[in-house]
Amino acid sequence: MSTGEKYLAAAYLVLFAAVLLYVVLIALKVTRIERELTELARLAKERTGG
Amino acid sequence: MLLVTGLGLALLWAPEDADQGPSQRIFYIHVPVALTAYACFGWAAWKAFRLLWKGDERADLESYTAVHIGVIFGLLTLVTGSIWAKISWGVWWTWSERQLVLFLILFLFYSAYFMLRYSTEPGPRRARTSAVYALFGAVLLPVSFLAIRLANQLLHPAPLFNRDGPQMSASMFISFCVCLVAMLTLAGALYLIELTGKRVDARLRELRELLA
Repeated sequence: MSTGEKYLAAAYLVLFAAVLLYVVLIALKVTRIERELTELARLAKERTGG
Repeated sequence: MLLVTGLGLALLWAPEDADQGPSQRIFYIHVPVALTAYACFGWAAWKAFRLLWKGDERADLESYTAVHIGVIFGLLTLVTGSIWAKISWGVWWTWSERQLVLFLILFLFYSAYFMLRYSTEPGPRRARTSAVYALFGAVLLPVSFLAIRLANQLLHPAPLFNRDGPQMSASMFISFCVCLVAMLTLAGALYLIELTGKRVDARLRELRELLA
């Protein structure tokens, strides 16, 4: 692999890593929202005596 | 799919540059990512303008989200540009190129947006201050964009588009266009996901306050 190809791979990997990181962050956020919704649903049930 | 197609075309179909060799293919991600960052900042300014002009409250979150995505693409522009600079010029960064410095100023300006936003209490005042700031940043957009055309070229390549059309082969131009559309689509998708996430967060906060 030439030096030019190594730098090319590095630039494309940066983009790939950024997209991957963003997907992971979104997955974590969705998990947090789901957990909060479960908690709020439990609170709402307690309030209504359900 | 578009992104995979675009990157596939850029890496496998587009011809190799005679001067720069394989490293020139960084162009197919660096330039679309930079143009996408400009588009995001432009969108943020448009939403800020709508907030100030029509009092559209939803535009505050939309403008904020656009700045958020724009800063991510701006950072990617700087990183991919640095990698390209290192192989082409032998340095990661140079202060002698006006267009690089102007893009850095643009990036830092929009990065400071978050400090401004989170230094004030949520509400109409914060929305208006953030909108004025985002709108002011729009002034830097044409300056940064045109700097590449107006500056005396020392190291940074001359623009590949002029009055005579694209200064590259058809296969290079098609690959570039696919990559640009892919990058804009990616930014659009991230913008919508982020915006939905922020709206859901706001609704959850309201619900938590109601149930507390």
